[in-house]
Amino acid sequence: MKGTPLVFEKSQPGREGFRLEKADVPEIDLTNTIGEELLGREPDLPEVSEVDVVRHYTGLSDMNFGVDNGFYPLGSCTMKYNPKINEEIAAIPNFSELHPYAPEELCQGTLEIMYRMQKYLCEITGMDYFTLQPAAGAHGELTGILIIKKYLEASGKNRTKIIVPDSSHGTNPATAKESGFEIIKVRSGKDGLVDISELQKAVDEDVAALMLTNPNTLGLFEKNILEISHILHEKGALLYYDGANLNAIMGIARPGDMGFDVVHVNLHKTFSTPHGGGGPGAGPVGVKAFLRDFLPKPIVEKKGDKYFLNYDLPHSIGRMKAFYGNTGVILKAYAYIRSLGAGGLREASEVAVLNANYLKKQLADLFEWPTDSICKHEFVASAANWKEKYGIRALDIAKRLLDFGFHPPTIYFPLIVEEALMIEPTETESRETLDAFADALRRIFEEARENPDLLRKAPHHMPSKRVDEVKAAREMKLKY
Amino acid sequence: MRYISHTPFQVKEMMDVLGISEIDELFEDIPDEVKIKGDLDLPLPLDEIGLKREFLNLSEKNKAAGFVSFMGAGAYDHYVPAVVKALVGRSEFYTAYTPYQPERSQGILAAIFEYQTMMANLTGMDVVNASMYDGASSLAEAVLMACDIKRKNKVVVSEAVHPEYVETIKTYGFGYNKEIEVVPCTDLLETDWNSMADMVDSDTAAIVVSMPNFFGVLEDVKRAGEISREKDVMLIVSVNPISLGLIIPPGEYGADIVTGEGQPLGSALNFGGPYLGFMAAKSEYVRRMPGRIVGETVDADGNRAFVLTLQAREQHIRREKATSNICSNEALNALAATVYMAYLGKKGLRDVAYHSHAKARYFIDEAARSGRARIINDRVFNEVVVEIDDLERKYQSALEHKILPGVKLSRFFPGQENRLLVAFTEKRTKHEVDILLKALGVK
Repeated sequence: MKGTPLVFEKSQPGREGFRLEKADVPEIDLTNTIGEELLGREPDLPEVSEVDVVRHYTGLSDMNFGVDNGFYPLGSCTMKYNPKINEEIAAIPNFSELHPYAPEELCQGTLEIMYRMQKYLCEITGMDYFTLQPAAGAHGELTGILIIKKYLEASGKNRTKIIVPDSSHGTNPATAKESGFEIIKVRSGKDGLVDISELQKAVDEDVAALMLTNPNTLGLFEKNILEISHILHEKGALLYYDGANLNAIMGIARPGDMGFDVVHVNLHKTFSTPHGGGGPGAGPVGVKAFLRDFLPKPIVEKKGDKYFLNYDLPHSIGRMKAFYGNTGVILKAYAYIRSLGAGGLREASEVAVLNANYLKKQLADLFEWPTDSICKHEFVASAANWKEKYGIRALDIAKRLLDFGFHPPTIYFPLIVEEALMIEPTETESRETLDAFADALRRIFEEARENPDLLRKAPHHMPSKRVDEVKAAREMKLKY
Repeated sequence: MRYISHTPFQVKEMMDVLGISEIDELFEDIPDEVKIKGDLDLPLPLDEIGLKREFLNLSEKNKAAGFVSFMGAGAYDHYVPAVVKALVGRSEFYTAYTPYQPERSQGILAAIFEYQTMMANLTGMDVVNASMYDGASSLAEAVLMACDIKRKNKVVVSEAVHPEYVETIKTYGFGYNKEIEVVPCTDLLETDWNSMADMVDSDTAAIVVSMPNFFGVLEDVKRAGEISREKDVMLIVSVNPISLGLIIPPGEYGADIVTGEGQPLGSALNFGGPYLGFMAAKSEYVRRMPGRIVGETVDADGNRAFVLTLQAREQHIRREKATSNICSNEALNALAATVYMAYLGKKGLRDVAYHSHAKARYFIDEAARSGRARIINDRVFNEVVVEIDDLERKYQSALEHKILPGVKLSRFFPGQENRLLVAFTEKRTKHEVDILLKALGVK
């Protein structure tokens, strides 16, 4: 079959890859030990050699694109460079081969790192306590909103609503729903910020919390944040910080100082751990002191010079997963913080913001702009003018960018901007890369004028031509 | 280390382009009241040499990592072949994001499609999603999914499901306002099927069992299938994927949703994560599944290609109407599982399962012969509960021999002070099992 290859097509009956020699314990009769009833057949898996496996997956890796291949300005995803030393550190056998139930006194190294990591994250975000348990950003959101739910319940308050801005990440309303809340959407104002009068109208005694990212998904700092915090707290509601955009403000401002009661951070965004083709990430959650006892169990604490897992949290929401979190990811993020220190983290945010504003300026005449304010670490351009003039959509621009060797930005998000391209360059990109990206978009703009079909049929030089998504959804072929 | 490319001169030039003379001018929109005065209180930065030294020093304190391990209870010390590490370590995979641009992401998309196929074959189910966080959270999501499908509010969970999974289900259930009832075990550490059947009522969406169960015991899963059919509730099974090298797949005894912990398929122990939650289901439930799913299609030239599909279930499209809030998953661990299963193949996986089982049997037979230990139930796959007098002292003695003898049941069940859950993999040798038996005073 032409197109992307599959390992099943390399399979030959009787071919072997991995081999175990005969076991050194007495042979057993499976019909006795397991029983005819439960004894299964050999599982239906491919039969390939070691060379087949290595060539096949090396071939597939050639058909993939990561930060190591090139510029990846995917808005809201913070695709910064993933330092190699962090990978090497997490693979040290004394970390990677540690069983989660090994006695605590024999795991002091990892527990010490987890303890310090909780402290560093508190310092960076301005919170009092952290749990490292959540496995991803959305998992952190669910943890945080359940903490709020449990806290309100314990305080005898029955609150049923969560407010999210219309510019919020899809995970925010999905989380609120999964936590059993009704979702109230507030519109953004013309300036792209939360509309304060709309918010005031929405906040009443039924509201449990507002979920907000700051800077928001337009890349704008919610400068009225203290007023927003006041509006919520005055009515007994809490403020939740979606940490997806923390890369803009490390060492400059802290959610805890803005009045947020609960935050999650994405170690796979802000703290440089790789995205793994979709995961794993890690989404630690921080809270103010009054919420400590509601954290999931356990958290890492210290008594004398010994680190231990503390399960004694009287109002804990329970557990979000087995064990303690994506520890392997936490090690990499810890290494990142130790490499950069306070000055390096601040510089990372400063340069992330510098790069975003610089690139935005280079693109100023090509797009329409939802707002003209300075941006933080990312910005949103609208290709509405391309659509109007040449019938070219954000999707076409994205596909054509692939041909120029760039991963495209996030498209069609946030939902409040027509033909949105959400661009986050990150601090690890050079000026030359930013200029080359701007040049590519300029060239594509000319192509849109001269030969729009070239864009509509893009990409032309990728492992696949434009992929038919409708056919995939209609035919639902989900396995070989 | 700072990982920034700009020279000071370039920074100056870029600021000139923006018409600013200080970086601070880019942060003028942040009110002074919330700006940090001074620096964050963090330790001084380390260069790469210093960083490596610090981590090596800390790693020395993880003494348990060098011990011979008989610990399981949801995380198993199976061998991770060099091939898996080498291929998962290719940065075209691990530095990529979720494959939103299929034309440039065919590599990871094809690998996930292969993963879906192999896991479907292994579990005997129709459809598999691209991965969940871990065994516990995937089981909790399965519970919510079943409640949604059946439009009911209660599930009945066996006490023989991993206690941390039960806690996770309860936490998710608290969020979604669902009732979670736990059925106690028999003295033989099996699900009490009669009680389970009795606890199912008209508001019950599903029954939840584990195979093998937390105590290593092979459950009478056909009975679970019968209860599910008779009472018209869904059957959710949490399964150890390695066991499926020997044991019949849940699809054969009527499971509606199958979840589990995929760590044994090529992921390191890593002190509890990152691991691999998997979820498989009957095809009629595919539109109610959480998470990413990859489908086959063609590109504009008619060549085979893969793409994320059925996205109308997902949060970035449907927001509060999504089937779950999950976004990031454990794709790289799914890739590890894919390479692992492809490399082992049908014979290799069966061999790994057989070796693990045979070593458990050797331990059981030796312990039984000695008369100095009590095996609570010997109908197990690779893990068994053993009762030993004065366990705590013997446990400490095993540690002195650099052996992790197993997981004490008292960690989860107070009152079970003399009971130990001991796990076996293909990595353990007869010699190591003999040392364990001696350390425990059994041989």
